This record gives sequence, structure tokens and C-alpha cells, in this order.
Amino acid sequence: MTALATAPRRDRRPRSGLRRGETLAGWVFTLPVLVILGVFLLVPVLMALWVSFSDWSGRGSPFAPGVGFVGLENYAAITTDGGLPTRDFGTSLRNNAWYVLLVVPLQTALSLFLAVLVNRAVLRGRGVFRTAFYFPSVTSSVAITVLWLFLFSATGAVNEILSWVGINGPNWFNDPTGIVHNFLGAFGVTSGPDALTENGFLGVTFWNWLAGPSVAMTALIFMAVFTTSGTFMLLFIAALQNLGGDVEEAAMMDGANAWKRFWKVTLPQLRPTLFTVLTLGLIGCWQVFDQIYTGTQGAPGKTTVTPAYLSYSSAFLGQDWGQGAAIAFILFAIIVFFTIFQRWVLRERPVSRRRARQYEVRPTGRSMR
Amino acid sequence: MARSTARTIVGIGALATASALVLTGCGSGFSDSGGGEAGSGELTSSDDALTILIGSSGDAETDAVTEAVAAWSAESGIDADVVAASDLSQELSQGFAAGSPPDLFYLAPEALAGYASNGSLTPYGDLLSNKDDFYPSLVSNFTYEDEFYCAPKDFSTLGLIINTRLWEAAGLTDADIPTTWDELASVAQTLTADGVTGLAFGAEYQRVGAFMAQAGGSLVSEDGTEATADSPENLEALTFVKEQLASGTFGYATIDLGAGWGGEAFGKEQAAMVIEGNWITGAMENDFPAVEYIVAELPAGPAGQGTLQFTNCWGMAADSPNQEAALDLVEYLTSTEQVLAFSDAFGPMPPVESAADQWTSDNSELAAFLAAADYAQGVPTNDGIAAVISDFNAALENLKAADPQQILDTVQSNTEAVVG
Repeated sequence: MTALATAPRRDRRPRSGLRRGETLAGWVFTLPVLVILGVFLLVPVLMALWVSFSDWSGRGSPFAPGVGFVGLENYAAITTDGGLPTRDFGTSLRNNAWYVLLVVPLQTALSLFLAVLVNRAVLRGRGVFRTAFYFPSVTSSVAITVLWLFLFSATGAVNEILSWVGINGPNWFNDPTGIVHNFLGAFGVTSGPDALTENGFLGVTFWNWLAGPSVAMTALIFMAVFTTSGTFMLLFIAALQNLGGDVEEAAMMDGANAWKRFWKVTLPQLRPTLFTVLTLGLIGCWQVFDQIYTGTQGAPGKTTVTPAYLSYSSAFLGQDWGQGAAIAFILFAIIVFFTIFQRWVLRERPVSRRRARQYEVRPTGRSMR
Repeated sequence: MARSTARTIVGIGALATASALVLTGCGSGFSDSGGGEAGSGELTSSDDALTILIGSSGDAETDAVTEAVAAWSAESGIDADVVAASDLSQELSQGFAAGSPPDLFYLAPEALAGYASNGSLTPYGDLLSNKDDFYPSLVSNFTYEDEFYCAPKDFSTLGLIINTRLWEAAGLTDADIPTTWDELASVAQTLTADGVTGLAFGAEYQRVGAFMAQAGGSLVSEDGTEATADSPENLEALTFVKEQLASGTFGYATIDLGAGWGGEAFGKEQAAMVIEGNWITGAMENDFPAVEYIVAELPAGPAGQGTLQFTNCWGMAADSPNQEAALDLVEYLTSTEQVLAFSDAFGPMPPVESAADQWTSDNSELAAFLAAADYAQGVPTNDGIAAVISDFNAALENLKAADPQQILDTVQSNTEAVVG
């Protein structure tokens, strides 16, 4: 936007003869890309949009004469009808919301931490660490999922290690209980107040919305953090290396310690990268599919069903193509909403008065509080 | 700014026009190939080669089917190609959506109603020359709206698999093989010891449903038009299973024993008995050859004997250009000799009664599986029932702590939404 604003204003009147041909040439040059994007992206998306409003049964073309328009019926089936499809959709949103809530902050914090760590000049063998941290990211998610199934099996390595410190590990991928419920259960709270258990949203009671990710989902959360932190670490490293040393030095001269320099000087400068990482993380987390498909298939107790997997299973396995497409579009709306929301939260703001006061040079000088 | 907006609008307009053109193009292209109505009784015929899509359990099955189809090709002079799918239901869906499905394919009963109702399948069952040879329960499994759609390929039933070493170590003899629920509970009690659970099975309707059948219950009525999930019979069955799970003499293979499935729990001797189908024999042979076992029929419940059966059929696409050849191939593949050869190669039981005697004498130790065919109950086949069953399975995982009546009430309301 800044580039646009500062660019000299162009003449808006009809273009002179010399320039006329340029528009056409421009279109000709961009045509291949437009056609490719149109055929392989826009058209399928529009087809899917039509399917979500139709009663297409999966045979032949969705545009064949026999396929009828059913309006919002498919959307109603998964949101307001209250039947099994609604409950499944509610459950999948619950599962994925907890997944996002835990994975995005954890992976962002971890990747930033790793980036700061390997960016330090004093560290020996930085390359080795960088490669090691990045390695899970380049490995196929299917391979990692299989590895995870072994590590987190009832008699797997993780439970073995937990047993050394006297913890009787859970049966990870077969445990459908929510971790928040388990935590409350430890204090003797096993059922919620009527206000939470009697009422609900999307066919799932509020008490179950608050169940937290199941133990099985928690294992997948660890996996997501493990695999994606490396990628985002690279983004943070690139951003950190772009930062000029002068600001840092100035802060040092002003007497800011390392902790303060990180929070007040380095981190604010990383805001664009932070936005990128959070957005990519958010989108990736809402779209989680292959781990579910290869790993758990939604088990145990449907606690690892995600909207993306539910969309696949209701279309390909349940033959409810309209509902599958509708789920996909609702998912799309959710992702767009959160991306915009995040952009708004992380927008450039004028320094607030309270914050500005902290930087004011007081006449008394020394007594900085 | 104004100019770039105008450009954007022109661009979007151009794209919209282009995509509309492509869409209409697609539409007419598809409807040409997809609209062919094949009424029952009239099969298409041509010289086209056949494509057969199978969801194979492994190399043994792929090789056996490929070999059999090649033998038929040599005999009939029609080319046929066997493709082993990595994800059968997905590849099948893609084929139907694209209007170019395989000619013949494995079809699960729970997928039948969906494909039959949208006209993807040709109901050819009544045209089979050997149609009276199939077990009636299998035929009814593949009958949708009074039409026999496809020929059963093979089938399996659930039986009680008993570890002979643990059985004898607990002081039990052949006379103790349980024939009632009480006896089952008492031998499970006897067999349960440190590290060994008496009886294990998967936490799913596909195993627990056998108890429901023994109590005289089912998810849907026999004609498939009524939901019967919340019947007192089903309640009795779930209550029995729940009590036994709570006492620790029964255990879920995955949740309580941490095994991948019943066969693994059995092979590792974590469970002295399991409820599994005849596919367990292959797993035992390959993975746990040292474990000795016998197969017994499941004990009778309050309503007599009951078990579940699982099967697949040879589905035929309505869009197939060469259905006559496909029908001929199905008759070949379901002939007595051929089903016996398949059974020999990869385990499942022949779907035709004419092969029963031969099979029983070849596999005397597995006779209990075939004997169960007389009273076996099929898995419901209503359109949309798969989602109901998977929801039921999720609830069954928690049976130990849950209220069986509440589970059944939910299943009942879910089932009512898809039947009738």
C-alpha cells in the first residue's frame, strides 16, 4: 500500500496510441497463468461451491440435468438440524479448535525460541543444530505419523520413559478422554453443572466443548509442534538476520538488559514475520488431515475427527457429497475469519499513551521505575 | 486506483466467462457418458476390455484374483485388467464421479445402498446362472429395494478363538467350551490371570454386535425398514458386556489391552480367548505361528446362537460398456472350484453352498466359522448407516463407564434418521 500511495499519479484519460497495445500484450502474457489458475483452481472451487448447494449423489457430472438445487439444506444438515451430521461437525470443530488453541502458540513460541538460540553468534556448530531442528519438517508427515504411532503406543518408548519417573503413561492413541476433563477429574469433578451439560452448541454440550483435546489428540498436538517448529524457525532466523544491529546497540547503550531487549526491541521488529508464522500455523492447523487419515481415522471416540477429515469421510465414504462440500466451505470461512482477525490484532498501532509514558525522559532523571 | 479496479473487474469478468464456458463444456461432456440408463435385464455388450478394481488384503489375494481373471481372459478372449486399490472407497467414488468407473469392483454392503440409489450399479443378481447357490443371508445382504444387486464374493463370520495352552493351563477341557453366556462368563473368569484377560474383542459394533444378535436384538429390523436399536434385547446384551468389562474378565483389545486388534492381543497371549473372524488364521500363521488355538462357535445367548457375518460382493457399474462379459466373469469367479481356490489362497469362506462340504473337509479345524453361516446376522446396509455405526463404535469404547440405555437411545435416534 505504501508503494501505491507514493507512486506518482497516472494520467487517467484515454491512453495515447503508443500505449494502447500494451494492455492487450499484458493480457496475452498473463493468459497462460490465468487459464491454468482458472481451470485447476477457480473452476474446481466453483464446482465444489455448487455441489454444496446441490443434491449431487456422486455419479457423473454435478451439472447433469438430474442434479437439483437444494439451497442451504446441506449447510442446515451440519449446523442446525441437530442430528448425527450436526453432532459430528460440532465434535470435529471442538477437536480442531483445541488443536489450534494449543498448537499455534506452542509452535510459534518454540520456533522463535529455537531461532533465537541458533542465531546466537557464540553458539558452536550452529549449522548442525539448524539442520537437526529443521529435519522433522522435511520428513513426510505420513512417516512421522507412523513413527508417532509406535512411540506413543501403550507399551511404546514414551510410556517406557514415563515409567522411569514413576508415571503410568496413558494408552495414548486409544484414550478418548479430554485432558481438561481428566484434570478436573483429578479434583473429583467428573460431571459438569447442569447449565453446561444441558445446553450445547452444534449438538455437543458445552461441558463436552470444554473437554479439551483427548489424550490421543494431545499426542497429535505434540507431533504438529515437533514437525512444524523447524520450518517456522527458518522464517524467524531469516527475519532475525535482517535486523540491523544498530537498534540493538542503541538499546544496549540505554541500559536495557537482554530480556528487555528481546521483548521491547527484537520482538516488535519481528511483527511481520510473526504475522506470517501465526497465519501459516493457523491455516495449517485448521486443515489438518494427513495425520488423521494415516494415523487415527478419527478414533478413539471421534476425538481426532477434524473438519477436513470429516469433509473427506462424509463425501467419499458416506456418499454425502453436498455435506462434504459444505463442511469444506465453512472451514474456508473459519480460516478467512481467523486470518483477518489476526491481522487486526497484530496491526500497526500508534503507541498508546500509557506505553509512551514509559519512554518519556523525566526531569528527575535517575529514578526510573 | 480507479483504473486498477476497472482492470480487476474486467479480469474477473473474463475469468467468469472462461469458467462458465469450461463448466458448460464439462457438463455436456459428462452427461453424454453418465446418462446411460441400464434397466435391469438388459446388459450392455461390446468388445471393450474389462477393468476390475479390488481392495486387496495383500499380495496373496491380488495374485489369486489376477490369476483367476487371466484364466478367464484366456478362455473368453476378452482382455481384463485387475487393479488393486490402495483406498477402494475413494477410488470407486472418483470413478463414478468421473463417469468412468471400473467394470467390476469389490463392494461392501454398507456402500451398496448409496451407490444403488444414485443409479451407479447394475442389479445383475437375478441374471446369474448360479444365483440359487448363494447363501440366502448373503443374498439378502446385497438386496436393495427388492433387487438382488451383486454376487457375494466370499464371507466371514465371527467365532470364539481359544488359546489351547492357556485353556489347559487353567485346567479346562473340551467339555468346558462355553455354550451359554453364563458358561462364557465363568470360563473367562477362570482364564483371567495376571497379564491375561479371559476374553478380548474390539471396541466396536462389529464384535459387540454378536452379543446383541445372541440376545435376539439388532440395529434395524430384518427388512431394514425399522430402527430397533433401543430394544430390551440389545440392552440385555450391552448390560452383560458392560458387567463383564467392569469385572475385568472381558477386555477391549485396543483400549484395555493396548493391542492393535483382537488377533494381536491373542497372538501375544494377552487374551486367552478372542472374538474374531476367519481372517485371524492368516495373521496367526504369519505373525504368531507358535500359538496354538482352536475355533469354537460363539456361545448362545438368551435368544439362541448368534454371530455377525461380513461380506463383499462383485459390484457392476451401470456405466460399464461390457456388462455381459462382466457377468460371465462374475459367474466364473463365483463358481464352486474358483471360490474354493480363493479360499485356499487367502482365507475367506466360499459364498456358495455347493462348496461347503469340500471346504469343511479341507478346513475341518475351522468348521465352526462355516457352521455359523446358518444363524449369522448381516451388518445393516441402509444408506448412511456407516456413520451411525461409527458413532455407535465411539460410544461403545466408553461402555464400561456409560449407561447402555443412553447409548442405545442415541443409536436409535441416529438410526431412525437413516432408515425408512
